[in-house]
Amino acid sequence: MKLIIAIIQPHRLDEVLQELDKKEVYLKTVTNVLGCGRQKGVTEVYRGVKEAGNLLKKVRLEIAVNDNYVKPTVDAIVRGARTGNIGDGKIFVVELAECIRIRSGETGKIAIG
Amino acid sequence: MQSTINSGDTAWVLASTALVLLMTAPGLAMFYGGLVRRKNVLSTMMQSFFILCLISIQWILWGYSVAFGPDVGHLFGNLSWFGLNGVGLTPNPDYAPTIPHQLYMVFQMMFAVITPALITGAYAERIKFSTFVVFTLVWATLVYDPIAHWVWGKDGWLHNLGALDFAGGTVVHMSSGMSALVVALIIGRRTGVPRITPPPHNMTYTLIGAALLWFGWFGFNAGSAVQANALAVSAFINTNTATAAAAIGWVIIDWFVTRRPTVLGAATGAVAGLVAITPASGFVSPISAIFIGLIVAVVCYVAVAVVKQRLAYDDSLDAFGVHGVGGTVGALCTGLFAQKIINAGGADGLFFGNPHQFAVNAVAAGATIAYAVVVTFIIAKVLDLTMGLRVKEQDEAIGLDNTQHRESAYTLID
Repeated sequence: MKLIIAIIQPHRLDEVLQELDKKEVYLKTVTNVLGCGRQKGVTEVYRGVKEAGNLLKKVRLEIAVNDNYVKPTVDAIVRGARTGNIGDGKIFVVELAECIRIRSGETGKIAIG
Repeated sequence: MQSTINSGDTAWVLASTALVLLMTAPGLAMFYGGLVRRKNVLSTMMQSFFILCLISIQWILWGYSVAFGPDVGHLFGNLSWFGLNGVGLTPNPDYAPTIPHQLYMVFQMMFAVITPALITGAYAERIKFSTFVVFTLVWATLVYDPIAHWVWGKDGWLHNLGALDFAGGTVVHMSSGMSALVVALIIGRRTGVPRITPPPHNMTYTLIGAALLWFGWFGFNAGSAVQANALAVSAFINTNTATAAAAIGWVIIDWFVTRRPTVLGAATGAVAGLVAITPASGFVSPISAIFIGLIVAVVCYVAVAVVKQRLAYDDSLDAFGVHGVGGTVGALCTGLFAQKIINAGGADGLFFGNPHQFAVNAVAAGATIAYAVVVTFIIAKVLDLTMGLRVKEQDEAIGLDNTQHRESAYTLID
């Protein structure tokens, strides 16, 4: 079992969700986050005062999958999120120790799907 | 004719002027601002606010003269009133015999302000700010000012023909609504539309905006009597009645079609009712106002929920669907429901034995549509080829607030 965490551009979310649907990956959590990479954020100006280095608005996806779903899921995210510009984001894949479905108490592989 | 200033009339038109200002900002700014995505709310509200600034100056310099100045060929006014030259504080009996001429001028200014602001709903979320400024000034001068002259100017050709338009159904709503469709087609759809429909980001803004429009519209319609008299009262009541009827009508349709009475449906229906009653408000009975409200709710619902989806043009916030279509319904309904017993200065409509009035109003509507469509097409095409109407795709994706103004409306933390 793996936990896939993806940080993507907010305006690519629709495309990513569509690509995930195509691969039958339906279970996910989406949150608004702030962050920046090598471009070090954006500049905003308020009453003539420049505020550099404001963090960028990003979207974070969390998807827990069984091992055979890792590659399709990652590929789907890349297909949906890639624009080729700086700021397209990153995907992290981490080991998942356990997964418990609260309603039934099921654990492991069954609980994820 | 000797004219003297009446203090009651002056007080009412002063108050009405401020009410009509309120329609543009914050009324329309909030109504439209709530309907766009979070990344574009500032740019959308800025468009309404900045048009208020731009047209306030344009109107003083040359706009009022082109619209209301001495007639040239029944088509527009000449520039002899440039910079309000000769527009003083004594009444002008041609327009309003009991209030200072400058008060009539500034009351009309607020109409000239809201009209181009209505169009912003069609190109929301993708227009370049610089091009928007130029478009607004050119459009106001070449489209709004001449049409205002036709209908309201002394010796304007539609005025002479006897078209009934109490508060600006053709001049304000049809001209802006038809132009909105043209601009929406030339600038093109927002990225992703129609595959995805970007959702409104704050419907509470939209509902507050609709309520402020309703409130300000009393100045728009009842103020158009340009006197504090029985006619103003009649227009006031019709405005409220048609608006309520249209909102109820839209909600009922919603209830049948989507199984739920929607908040956006109530807000949109109310605005459609306001639009439709505008030309009729000083000529019809309250019962007729109910019918006008119900009719416009049905027609605009079809335009927005069926026709737009089927043809897949991106009139993003329904400037055409509500103002263009609703304005046409209002202009035609005025020709149907008008009654001389309500307003001796008006005429009877088709339903009261005078088909001629319906024909005249249909001609006025047709001429307004044709002129607005052709001239707006030329303006938008020329600007698109020279300055470019649209922001870069990447800028559209990031949002206009950041790319056009270097600001953001909301923070996520703090």
